[in-house]
Parts: sequence; C-alpha cells; structure tokens
Amino acid sequence: MAVEFSDEAEEEFADLLSRYPNNLAAMLPTLHLAQREFGWVSVEVMDYVAEKLDVHPTRVLQAATFYTMYNKQPIGKCHIQVCTTLTCALMGGYGLIEHLEETLGIKVGETTPDGNFTLSEAECLASCGTAPMFQVTYSDGESEYFENLTEERVDEVVEELNDKLSQLPDPRTMH
Amino acid sequence: MTEEKSDQESKKESEDNAKDSASNAEETATAEKADSDKQESDKQESDKQESGEASAQPTRAKASRTQEKYLSRNFDIPKAYNIDVYEANGGYRALKKAFDMDGETIIEEVKKSNLRGRGGAGFPCGIKWSFLPKESDVPKYLVVNADEGEPGTFKDRYLMELDPHRHLEGCIIAAWALGIRYCYIFVRGELQFAIDRLQNAIDQAYEKGYLGEKIMGRDFDFDVYVHPGAGAYICGEETGLIEGLEGKSGQPRMKPPFPAVVGVFQAPTIVNNVETISAIPFIVEHGGQWFADMGIEKNGGPKLYGLSGPINNPGVYEAPSGITVRELLESDRFGGGMRDGHELKAFIPGGSSCAVVKPEHLDVQLGFEPMQEIGSSLGTGCLTFMDTNTCMVRLTARLAHFYHHESCGQCTPCREGSGWAAKVLDSIEAGRGRMEDLELLLDMCDNIQGNTICALGDSIAIPVRSYIQTFTDEFEQHIKERGCPFPAWSKAEPHSDSDAA
Repeated sequence: MAVEFSDEAEEEFADLLSRYPNNLAAMLPTLHLAQREFGWVSVEVMDYVAEKLDVHPTRVLQAATFYTMYNKQPIGKCHIQVCTTLTCALMGGYGLIEHLEETLGIKVGETTPDGNFTLSEAECLASCGTAPMFQVTYSDGESEYFENLTEERVDEVVEELNDKLSQLPDPRTMH
Repeated sequence: MTEEKSDQESKKESEDNAKDSASNAEETATAEKADSDKQESDKQESDKQESGEASAQPTRAKASRTQEKYLSRNFDIPKAYNIDVYEANGGYRALKKAFDMDGETIIEEVKKSNLRGRGGAGFPCGIKWSFLPKESDVPKYLVVNADEGEPGTFKDRYLMELDPHRHLEGCIIAAWALGIRYCYIFVRGELQFAIDRLQNAIDQAYEKGYLGEKIMGRDFDFDVYVHPGAGAYICGEETGLIEGLEGKSGQPRMKPPFPAVVGVFQAPTIVNNVETISAIPFIVEHGGQWFADMGIEKNGGPKLYGLSGPINNPGVYEAPSGITVRELLESDRFGGGMRDGHELKAFIPGGSSCAVVKPEHLDVQLGFEPMQEIGSSLGTGCLTFMDTNTCMVRLTARLAHFYHHESCGQCTPCREGSGWAAKVLDSIEAGRGRMEDLELLLDMCDNIQGNTICALGDSIAIPVRSYIQTFTDEFEQHIKERGCPFPAWSKAEPHSDSDAA
C-alpha cells in the first residue's frame, strides 16, 4: 500500500505544523502521527515524513532511531510493555514478564506469530505507586495503563485484549 | 476496554458515586473521608464515556489525605479537570490577581517563596526566572518539563491528569510575569492520558479567553501547546528536552549559554517542572511569605511526595516541605508503614539518581540541604522504600542497565562507563565477581562524575557508589560466596488498597 496520509491525518498534520516556528520541530508529533497511520516506521515512512516536513531524510532517521516509541519494524496489534525499573522490579515486574512469556508463548522482545501480541520490557512508566504495571499500546494508536497487577489480573487483561483484537488493524499490513 | 484497577470495585461503588457525580465543593468533604481515589477513578470513568475521551483512565494510587491541601486540593473534586468545575472552586482567581500585579512584583514573590525546582535539581525558581532577559527581539518561551521519567517518580502525572487547569493557570501567570509569548508542555509520549487531559484543558482555556490574543482584555498574547515526547529519559534534562522539542535527538547542550539566554529556537527560555509551575497560583494568591512559611529554611511550600515500594498505602501525598521521611512512611495519613512481613532495609528520597539511604536517617527532613547533609538528595521527592529481601547488588545492576540504556551517547564516560558498570555488577550478582571489582567500580564512578555534558553521568556514579559504600558487606558476600544469597525478585502480591479505606 502506498504511504500517504489520509485526509484526517493531513488535517492533523497541518495543525501540527502551525504549532511550531519551523518544520523540524514538528518531527516527534509527525512521527507519532505517521506511526498511527502506517502501523510502524519503515524507511519508506521515514522518507515520506522527510518529504512532508521538507527536511533531509537523515533528520528523520536520527529522530526515529533515537526515540524508543517509534517501531522500526512491525509489531503486534497489542504491544505489552512491562515496567521493570526500580519499584516495579521490587514489586513483581519480572514475575509478570515470566508469566506473560508462558501465557503468550513468546520471549520478551518477540511477537506472536499471528501478529497479535508483542512483549517488551520497559523503563519506568511513572506509575510506581501502583506497581507492578504494564502499558499496552494498540495498533490504532491508543494506549492504556494496567496497574496494581497480579498474575490473576494479567490473565483477565489478556482475555480483554483478545476480545479487542478483531477491532485492531494489523501493523504488518498497514502499509 | 476500561478501568484497569478493579472492575468489580467500580461496579460496586458506582451506585454510591452516581449521586456524587453532580460535582460541587460541598461534596468534597465527603469524598475526602471515603476512599477518594476510587471514587475519582469511577467518576472519571463515567466522564470519559460521556465526553468520548479516547484514553482510558489510569488507576489512582492513594490520593492525598493531608488536612491542608493546595497542590492536591482538586484531586478529590469530581471533574476538576473541566474549566467550569475548576472555576467554581476558585480557579483562575490567582490569574486575575496576577493581572493586577506587575511582573517584577510577581518574580519577587516567587523569590520570597523559596520555591525550589520540583524536577529534582532544586534550583530556586525565582532566581531562575530573574535570569530571563527582560527585553528580547525574539519571542520568549516557557517550556514545561513534563517528561516525568526518573525511576520512582510519579507525581507530575497526577497534576496533569487531575488538575490540568491549575497547571495552565501557573503557565499563564509565569508568562504574564516574564513577558513570555509561547509555551510548550513537553509531556512524555507514554502519558497519553495526561496529554489528552492537558489538551482538553487548553481547548477550554482558549474558549474562555484565558489563552490566545488580548487575554482578558489585556495587551497580552499567550499560546500553549502540548508537545509529546517519544521515549527518552534524557529529555528530562532541560537542554536535552529543548533539543527534543526542536525535533532532534535529545542530546543535552553544553552550558553556558543557559536556556534563559539561548534556549529553544535560539530564544530566551524558561524550563520549569510541572509541579513548580502548578505551585505558582498559590504563591500569587497567598503571597511568597505564606509559601515560604510552609516549609523549612530555603525550602518553601507544600509539595507532592510519591511513596512506593512494599508499604501499606503507596501513592501521592501532599505535605509541607521539611516533613520527615518517618512521618511520610509511618503515619496513617500517608504511607501507613511497611506491609506486614516486610522490614525496611533502605530508601531512596527522590528517584533512582539519588544516593540510597539507610533507615537510621528516617528522621531527616525532606529538604535539599538536610538531604545533602546525609549524603543524598531530595531529588523529586518521590520516595522508594525497599525491604530486607531486596538484593542491593541486583538492584544496582538493574539501575546501571537503566542508565546505560538511557545514556544519549555523546559523552564517552557516560556511554561506556554505564555499560561497563552494568557488566561488572552483573558478574558480581552472578557469582563471578572479584574483590578488586569494587575498587574498579568506584574508580569508574569517579571518572564518570563531573566529566560529562549533563547530569546523567552523575546520575550513574552517585547511586552506584552509594550502594557499594552503604552495603559493602553485601557486595563482598556475593563475591566471597560466589553467588547471590537473596531470593529472586519478588512476585506481585495483591495490592492492599482494598483494606485501607
């Protein structure tokens, strides 16, 4: 599929540009928008963003590779990011990862073969008072925090996520 | 996909809350007595459905239960994130007062208030403000550092999600006082809910004429934008943040020039933490002296403290500057003590970059100078408590990995040193350590600290050195016994929230 913003995305992009004194400054929000539109940030997407912002493609490459929220390869419809820094490490974050590895049948850093789930270890997500926790980022661009987790609660959440899968686009086929 | 805390609880309480949902100040008192955060999350859940907000409401840890509330006063008020409710509870009153004061007077009040930067470094806010040139050929900027990412820190999220208008009011007052034209609130990209709440508040403020051109009939134009980060701890460093705002890698700049002189887009810029700005309306409303009186020498005002770890009531609490760690940990109004079966081993006062502290210092006051005297720092004021099951070698290794991951890579001591430290610490934890490794680690710390462009290098050296020096026996035991004598990382336990209403 061709890499091109939808009409709504074009509108949002125009609004983004209006917020900054130069195009380069719109880099991070534009990459977020592009990821939401195209599922992940491929070289093709980076080139497109460079064209839109009228900056050299290396500028886009620099930002896309420096910041961890941009996925440089397709990921699952639900990206589960388990915090394991400090308080979450103390309160059971690593246990959640083990449990999710068993439940999903993948290792941390991997995506299920059906493209539904990606499991990652994340650094502190500013949710220490409700540790352990994870964030789920969906392929439609939304995201959600799940906090005060136990293994039982994780099982429930995975069920809820399974129910949601049919409504989510598959990042592998979004461009 | 909805409330993640406890759907059952939500359903159980939704009946009770239904009658509360018509928001007004009278009902706040009731809400305070009850378990306010549960109500809050339930209400926001229903609000979200009403208003069609995209993101889900994050779970609330315990909200503040202090008697005197300022920063957290609206946390318990239903829908305080909406401008009507905010105004009905005294919101934007400080702004009106500020418009009758000139900028110099406001800056003087802020100086008098002893408000210290709430992001961790603790620089006096009024002094920082006075560095901004009065005259400038180019527009001046306010950049709010809402890139809350210091491990253990989670207070700014509450301010942005529950009381975004307070924050905006602070931004507008700061802009009025300093002659600032534009503001960017740089929020961590992960905090989608905070971004949505802030954007909603900004839209409402434009509609009401608190933002835009000729604000409230004054010759004063001011625009505020939310700028999302994209996952880089280093953007919490003010010049890294400025680089990120300009669309580049978040690699900190050499200082001087300081941002007040050459900041974002080469223009004079003030960078302040979320909580710092949220405190400004109270200083204007009640005066700098009033603020300073609510604290200790050089550390003024009410402050948000985040408490986390195996304690009874983790969460965000408001208390005056200078409260002791013991009171925050042990009082039933705050942390409620360690959980049953967990004995306190150590704590970190304000994020992972601070030196670790032993329980013998529980009676130290939470202020920058008192914390420095015991060799640590107040940092963000979000305290992490550890129990005796915690392996300090493993924790130090984990933190070293964090800093290695987050190092921006432009300074060799930080980029390489953090990785080396992580490797050496891993080997000690795995039973392959040598006694001379401890000296080696301390030597690395000495060679990182002070030799990098920004403070991230120091943030590796300070904790690593402190864990080794504070728990030397434990490190030596790992080496002598060729392995870790502690149990594996704890498993998640059911949260004690339910019995703490």
